[in-house]
Amino acid sequence: MSAAATTDERLLRTSPLRRLLGRPELGSVVGALAVFVFFAFAADSFLRAASLSTVLYASSTIGIMAVPVALLMIGGEFDLSAGVLVTSSALISSMFSYQMTANVWVGVGVSLLVTLAIGAFNGFMLSRTGLPSFIITLGTFLMLTGMNLGFTKLISGTVSTKTIADMEGFPSARDVFASTLTVGGVDFKITILWWIALVAVASWILLRTRAGNWIFAVGGNQDAARAVGVPVTATKIGLYMGVAFGAWIAGQHLLFSYDVVQSGEGVGNELIYIIAAVIGGCLITGGYGSAVGSAVGAFIFGMTSKGIVFAEWNPDWFKFFLGAMLLLATLLNAWVRKRAEAAK
Amino acid sequence: MARFRTWVGIAVAGALTLSLAGCSSTGGKRAEDARKAAAARGAAAVTTPRWTFAMITHSGDGDTFWDIVQSGAEEAAAKDNINFLYSHDDEAQQQAQLVDAAVDKKVDGIIVTLAKPDAMKAAVARAVKAGIPVITVNSGSEESEEFGALTHIGQDETIAGQAVGEELNARGRKKALCVLHEQGNVGHEQRCAGVKETFDGTVQNLYVTGTSMPDVQSAIEAKLQADTSVDAVVTLGAPYADTAVKARQGAGSDAEIDTFDLNAKVAAGLKEGTLGFAVDQQPYLQGYQAVDLLWLYKYNADVLGGGKPVLTGPQIITKEQAAALEEYTERGTR
Repeated sequence: MSAAATTDERLLRTSPLRRLLGRPELGSVVGALAVFVFFAFAADSFLRAASLSTVLYASSTIGIMAVPVALLMIGGEFDLSAGVLVTSSALISSMFSYQMTANVWVGVGVSLLVTLAIGAFNGFMLSRTGLPSFIITLGTFLMLTGMNLGFTKLISGTVSTKTIADMEGFPSARDVFASTLTVGGVDFKITILWWIALVAVASWILLRTRAGNWIFAVGGNQDAARAVGVPVTATKIGLYMGVAFGAWIAGQHLLFSYDVVQSGEGVGNELIYIIAAVIGGCLITGGYGSAVGSAVGAFIFGMTSKGIVFAEWNPDWFKFFLGAMLLLATLLNAWVRKRAEAAK
Repeated sequence: MARFRTWVGIAVAGALTLSLAGCSSTGGKRAEDARKAAAARGAAAVTTPRWTFAMITHSGDGDTFWDIVQSGAEEAAAKDNINFLYSHDDEAQQQAQLVDAAVDKKVDGIIVTLAKPDAMKAAVARAVKAGIPVITVNSGSEESEEFGALTHIGQDETIAGQAVGEELNARGRKKALCVLHEQGNVGHEQRCAGVKETFDGTVQNLYVTGTSMPDVQSAIEAKLQADTSVDAVVTLGAPYADTAVKARQGAGSDAEIDTFDLNAKVAAGLKEGTLGFAVDQQPYLQGYQAVDLLWLYKYNADVLGGGKPVLTGPQIITKEQAAALEEYTERGTR
């Protein structure tokens, strides 16, 4: 039966075009192009290099979190605590340095450990209790929101942290997390580099490593994955720690960019990260998606939210435009994907 | 499980080593303690009975402004020998229930904000009927007397906005941006409308997501890039002024940044000249005066204002006053 071997669909040679159509981020790339062209016509100032740098900055602050959130969604789980975890991470760093009168790098290190521990807690609770991640992380979200406020008030006496700008290590930490690079006369925020690096690392993990296969496997069918020996628990804890790592970077950017952190911030951002991942082609049910897609999703979000400002539309309708653009982008994305799957 | 414990051990050990490794010789808690040693808090200055006053505001969680109001009220309470209870909820219905709870508790005086007057009407009426003196603060200057409160202490948001418009005129500004960090907040709309009334140039509103500083920054930056003729940016809360300064840098604009309300960073910015001016409604005074006036009413049947609101602002603060205020913003009372 040699004929059967050649007709095995996994061994079929597909044309590059076909393969491109099968990529999860294709729909979002088309959507991003549409949004880009739209604003290029709607707003004169949109195409200027400085404006694009602003759009990239806005996208990167979302994108840094959208990458690990996308990985988590591919692994079949949600994290509603991702938004406030960013604020928690910044608060821990700032308050530890201030209260201990320590070099700020010490606070940054402690913050990394604590943030990762919170991520691990999410994953651990999920695996142990078997409750849906929606409930677990909703609990974490509420606890973190309360703790951000409670601890800050308890320790600092006010609802925002004290300034740590005059402390040792601040300038070098700011260089790493919140500096500005000038390329060809245009200023770019360093978060853009962090974002690109995260996308590259996440893509490598997803496509080239065993852990990447595990992520797709647990998101696709958890029981089947466990049956073939995939370490489901470790993979999920790892994914939550990935989100925590992203929150740490975003949080440190927040701290070193603005110096003082407001404890009530971050609520609501978790939805924006999830939206970016979904626009980028991640399925809410898990098992499908890509890191590059999440970046494109974040870019669409950044372009839309800032493009509305560049176009100088009536601000009363801001949220409406934002919602309509997101819906259109996602519909276009879904349509392209359906076409692509039909063509396969 | 054993492996998990090992990891926890390593993490704890790592944290300890890190914290022992590096100390900062500048700033931080140690510097603050030195400052605090100088200014110790006072004790009760009167021997009147220990009355209980409740303050119920419409503050959301983690609002710097209300923190200052609260600290003013607490210091007046300490001085007046008052047992001071503070509670807040940004949902009007919940806030009304908190007022009801205070009435049930038979407190000796109530301080309340009327951000959404209609929702608070019944609760305030119930307090007045129960013979509990009520003072309104911050918002509700129009409804205060009608609802039966003794006095209203606060700033008229429209008047504050008008003061900003006049100051912008004096500074020769032509095109201003009013940055609203909460879409749908009535007080915010009144402030920007007030600016529009007195400002000779044009005013544009910009709505930003107040819970995300990077969004605030990039939105202001985008606006300044889109419209290079904007020469003044007015933020409605102190924390956003510093972010606006960053946005200005990013956009390469030379617009002046002005703000409502005050905090340590704003005072420093005014002193350095990165900010133009701040318009302060003195939240400390709102808390302090409310408690003190309730005490005066209980002790001496005093009332203030003759049915008209007692205004705590707007006070325009520029470079000259900022230096003197820096110390007070640092300790959270201005």
